[in-house]
Parts: sequence; structure tokens; C-alpha cells
Amino acid sequence: MDTRTELREFIVDNFMMGTDPNELSDSGSLLDLGIIDSTGVLELVGFLEEKYSIKVEDSDLVPENLDSIDNLTKYIQGKKS
Amino acid sequence: MCGIAGYFELGSPTPPDKDLVRRMVGSIRHRGPDEFGAFFDNRCALGHARLSIIDLAGGSQPLSNEDGSLWITYNGEIYNYLELRKELEASHHYFRTRSDTEVIVHAFEEWGAKCLDRFNGQFAFAIYDSRDGSLFLARDRLGIRPLFYTQHGGRFYFGSEIKALFAEPSILRQIDLKGLDETFTWWTTAPPRTAFMGINELPAASYLKIQNGKYNTKSYWDLEYPETYNRQRSAASWAEELHELLVDSVRLRLRADVPVGAYLSGGLDSSATTSLIRHFTDTRVETFSIAFHDKAYDESKYQQQMSDYLGTRHHQIKCSYRDIAEVFPAVIRHAERPILRTAPAPLYLLSKLVRDHEFKVVLTGEGSDEMLGGYDIFKETLIRRFWARNPDSAWRPLLLKRLYPTLPLSAARARFYLETFYKAGLEQIDEFHFSHIPRINTTSKVKDYFTKDVQAELTDYDPLKAFKRDLPNQFYSWHHLARAQYLEAKSLLAGYILSSQGDRMGSAHAVEGRFPFLDHRIAEFATTVPPLYKIHGLNEKFVLKKAMARELPPEITKRVKQPYMAPDSNSFVQEDSPQYVSEMLSEESLVKTGLFNPLFVQKLRDKCSRLSHAHLSFKDNMSFLGVLSTQLLVDQFINNPPEVNIIDRKKFKVWHDQSIEAAEQHRG
Repeated sequence: MDTRTELREFIVDNFMMGTDPNELSDSGSLLDLGIIDSTGVLELVGFLEEKYSIKVEDSDLVPENLDSIDNLTKYIQGKKS
Repeated sequence: MCGIAGYFELGSPTPPDKDLVRRMVGSIRHRGPDEFGAFFDNRCALGHARLSIIDLAGGSQPLSNEDGSLWITYNGEIYNYLELRKELEASHHYFRTRSDTEVIVHAFEEWGAKCLDRFNGQFAFAIYDSRDGSLFLARDRLGIRPLFYTQHGGRFYFGSEIKALFAEPSILRQIDLKGLDETFTWWTTAPPRTAFMGINELPAASYLKIQNGKYNTKSYWDLEYPETYNRQRSAASWAEELHELLVDSVRLRLRADVPVGAYLSGGLDSSATTSLIRHFTDTRVETFSIAFHDKAYDESKYQQQMSDYLGTRHHQIKCSYRDIAEVFPAVIRHAERPILRTAPAPLYLLSKLVRDHEFKVVLTGEGSDEMLGGYDIFKETLIRRFWARNPDSAWRPLLLKRLYPTLPLSAARARFYLETFYKAGLEQIDEFHFSHIPRINTTSKVKDYFTKDVQAELTDYDPLKAFKRDLPNQFYSWHHLARAQYLEAKSLLAGYILSSQGDRMGSAHAVEGRFPFLDHRIAEFATTVPPLYKIHGLNEKFVLKKAMARELPPEITKRVKQPYMAPDSNSFVQEDSPQYVSEMLSEESLVKTGLFNPLFVQKLRDKCSRLSHAHLSFKDNMSFLGVLSTQLLVDQFINNPPEVNIIDRKKFKVWHDQSIEAAEQHRG
């Protein structure tokens, strides 16, 4: 499974229990759409660190890295490379 | 605590349905298992289940005035009844008992509805006036004791709990979707609405009068905050007055002919009330506490510390996940509404502990947070307003971090966490509910789980307006802390803390809670205390800490406030969790109820199960509890209601029976 699909699956299973997964595009803002809230960010970071064996630095906690499936995919690819 | 129930004929007089009243009283017998009584004539039936606390021998109900023209059925306490009695005796009222019940009857005779202004207490009652054929129902100022009513088939029915109304089998049992929408916004419905269609709640501080087939409701009191505060007065002077009022409030609340115990949470408020009993009365104090196996919720260290400090005889129950899950269906049966936390469940177990030790009355610290500015939501409001004035400020939101010094996060993470949550609605600074926006946003996530049909049904309904509608005209001229406090008192305090966590969990085991902080003199005094002395910097309940400095150890007054909570979804997703959880959340059961989307609920349950020992977000916990409690509500009140346990004829004392049937029997 590619990173994009894995990320989408995690977000759908953990944050979109009460919504139709088709409503989320890869570029949709997870914060603005109310999919991820404050505690959600912590769950997401925990998942990224464990799944991809990376360390999410405090300075990485910005919407440009975390706020959409597109941004997350880019961020993970950047970290792994 | 007692239970009241009855009905009133809106049309022509009809012989009374005595079996119905035995069923109505039977359905709420847990509230008052000591005695059962009734009054009947062809217009009105009054029933009563008694918990004997004052005048054990003479206080039976229903009870009348001297000439038998006024009859009362009453639940509660009028703490200043001795003073009122003296005044009434001076006006030539003759008393037959030592009870506070009789004081209400004579006070009503003397002052009419204005008698309510003179009562210091917690009460719900109905008075039938056989001379003019009217019925008068009233509730205390802050909504400590409950009262529900409905109109059906030419009759007006009332009762302490909704189940008393459902004792009449022809009354419709149906969920009110707007009631769910309000609950999943504010944690409560806005009275008179309840979770059930057509069933109404008499709002706090209101009375209702029925005459000539018509009825209307009036409010007799409200929390009124000033537009400006007395800024000359010192903090010490405010604290001194608060201390005096608290001592008197506690003294009045120890008036009982049975022993009085105290809840001890380990926090400031119950430590304060217990300490005042110890220092200012001769009462020997026994204290009762909840401890948790899950350390994240446990405060037993502080409870023990306080008990040792005051030398009380201490009792404790220790709750596990399984304990909470096992009693949860009973909790919902008593609460009669969906709830978003399990916090009432340990209180249900605690009242059983109190009862097992043969106590009927406990003093507790409820109401202090609402009146004196204790909740985080108030501090958050101050910070969010400060932030909203300069939304691009980099350092203003950092204040939020100071709210949660115990949060195990690095500064940057905490900041991200708090900012995303609290920046919600920052631009809505002038809206009436600005203080509550973050909470409302989180709570409203439950509604994502509604089926498409339910969502469509509610498209045009705005649950925010339910509370906006009843705001006093001056509301917008008040300080923003006062606005937040007012909303909190009207929503969370009356509709959740005092009902689902208060009256209902105590009454389930016939235990009466008494709340020194909710003496109306303290509530009124607290409105006049400047916001600066409620939250000083970010130090909550500043004036109370100052008032209690002499009687409490610094470990308690300086402690970081820990909100009372219990393990939520964790309690229901363990290997040994009770079977009903799977049944209530099964596709079959969800389809039958028709309120929630089974697929979405399954995903939520999967997530909660995966994280069965981790701490889930408020959002997921509330969604889980909202769905489960609603399913249990529908199951126990609509789909599979239990048989009513009717009161045995021999135990049912009919104090008066002036009905056609009685007249005929007499002739025959």
C-alpha cells in the first residue's frame, strides 16, 4: 500500500467515523473540515512516528505539513528520503 | 427526598383513577420508600412517596391546611421553615405538625405565589385549592428538585420523574429529535423541552397555575448580574461576607431529624463544606468518597488527607471499568435523558454506599464552580477574548498553556493542540454563546452519527436558539464572565449537574443531597462579586480560597483543580464488559431505533476497542456515550419498558377521598 493510501485509511478509520469518506479530497483541509481536532493531531503524530519510524519535531507541527492528505504525503516522503 | 405525582382534570369532574395514582407513585417509590399516601376528589389526585427526614411521626403527605381546603404533595426542604412558621403563627395560622410541609401550605395561604420569594430551599410541590378548583405547581430557584408534566386526554399529569407520567399507558412514548439535538449541543434540553415528545419540564424558578381548564407558567426569580461592580471593596471584605453566608447556609442545611453525612471529592468545594460542618456545628461528620482503579481519575489521596485533617469517619467505594458499565443502564433509567459522560455512574454507586450506612442526607459542594467561577470554561473564555482582540498575536494564545500545567506535552505541541481547539469561533466574540463555542463544537460531533433521515428532520432546527430565546434583556450588557456563568447555570448546572449527577443519582437510593453553595443568598451575593475576585489572574474561585484559608490546609486551596470525571468509553470496551453493550450497539438494535448510522457507530466502536486502555479524545468519548445512552434510553422507556411496581393497597394511605365513588360507597 502506498503512503497516500495508508494515510487516507488511517484518517478515515480514526477521524471520520461519523462521515462519508468520499467527502474528503486529498487536498481538503483536515482542520477546517473539522475532521481532525486538537486531540486528533496528537493521535496523528503518534501514528506517523510509529508507522514510519520518524520523529516529528515540534517545529514540524504546522498546517503546511499536517493539514491535508497531500501535505502529509509530501511531509512523510520528505522525512523518509 | 421524596417523590410526588398526580393529575388534574382539565374538563368536567370525574371519579378518580386510584389505581393509576398507585402506579404513578409506584414508579418513583425509590425516591421515598418510607410511606405512600394520596388525596382524591373528582378534580384532582395527589400522590406521595415519602423519605422521612423532618418530623418523622407527623410529616406524612399529602397534607392540608386547618380546614382541609388546601392540599399539598411536596418533595424537598424549606430550610428556613422554623423562622417562617413563627411569622405565620403570629398571623394566626394554626399548626398541627412540626413539618416544613405544613409551613408551605400556610405560607401559600398567607402570601399566594409570593410565598416562593420567602423560601430558602430546594423543592418541587403541587398545591390543590379545592375552593377555587386550581392547582399550583412550583420549583426551586436553581432547579435542584425536578418536576415534569404533560397534558393528555383532558388531564394534566405531573410527577417528580418522567416515569411517573408514563405510568399512564396511553401517554405517547416517543423520542423528541429536537430534544436530542439540544442535548448534543448543550448537554441538556432547554426546558420545558425534554428528551421525550410532549413531556415537559417545569423550568427552575418557575410556577405553573391551572384553573378553568387552562394553565400558564411564570418565572419568579433569576440570576441578575450587575452592569458595573463595586470596585472600592477589598477582596478581604468580599471573602468575609462569603464566609458568613456559607456558615449560615451549612447550619441551615443541617436541620434534619436524621444524621447528615458529607461527600468529599478531594477538591476545594466539598472540602470547604465539610470543614464548615466540622468547625461551626456540633454534628459528628461521616464522609463518603469515590475512588477509581484507573489512576488518571483517582483523587483518594486528597480525600484521605482531608478526612484525616478534619478527623471524620471516612467511607469509600473504589470503581472499576466494569462497575461503571454494570450500573450504566440503571443510571440512564434514573437520568431519563441521554448523557455524554459516565460521571453519574460512580455517584449512583456512592449514594448506595451512603444508604448502606443508613444515611439519608448528604451535604455536597455542587454549585460553587458555577457561582464563583471555578470551571476551566470560564478561564478559557477570558483567554479567548483576550486573544480575539488580536488574533495574529503569537504570544496571547500561549496563555492557554497555563490552563493545563499538567498536560504531558512539549510547549510547541501543547500550543498546537490548544490553538486548534480554542481558536474555534474566535471571530464570534459578540455572540451570546462565545464562551461555550469550543464545548459546543466538540459535543456536536455526536450528531455526525445520526442517520440521514434524522439529520434531514433537523435541518431547519437551530438548537442554539433554544437557550438564546430565554435570555434576559440585560444579558448583553453584562461582563463576559457573567454571561458565561449565566449560560452555565441555565444549561449544565440545571440540566446535567443537578439532575443527572445530582437529584437522580441520589434519589435512586433514597439519598437527599443538600448544596450549601446553592443557597440563593450565596447565588445572589456571587453575582455581585467582581470578576477579578472570581478569577484572579488565572486563579479560579479566588474569593472562596480566601474565605476558607483559615479552615483548609494549603494543600487543598493551592491544588491544581482536577475536574470530576470517570472513565468513559474505556469502561465499555473491555473483554469482560457486559453483554448489553454489544446488543445496544448492534446493527439490528441501531436499525430498530433508527437514530444512528450503524456503519458509523461500528467504526467508532472499533476505534474505542482498539484504544481500550488509552485516553481517547473528548470528542470520541462523548460520541460513544451519546449513542450508547440514547440506545439505552429508547430500550428502557420505549421498546422494553419494565413493569410498573404498583403500590400495595394496604401500604397506600388515602388521607382524603371526597370523590363521587366515595360518596356512592358511603350512600350504599
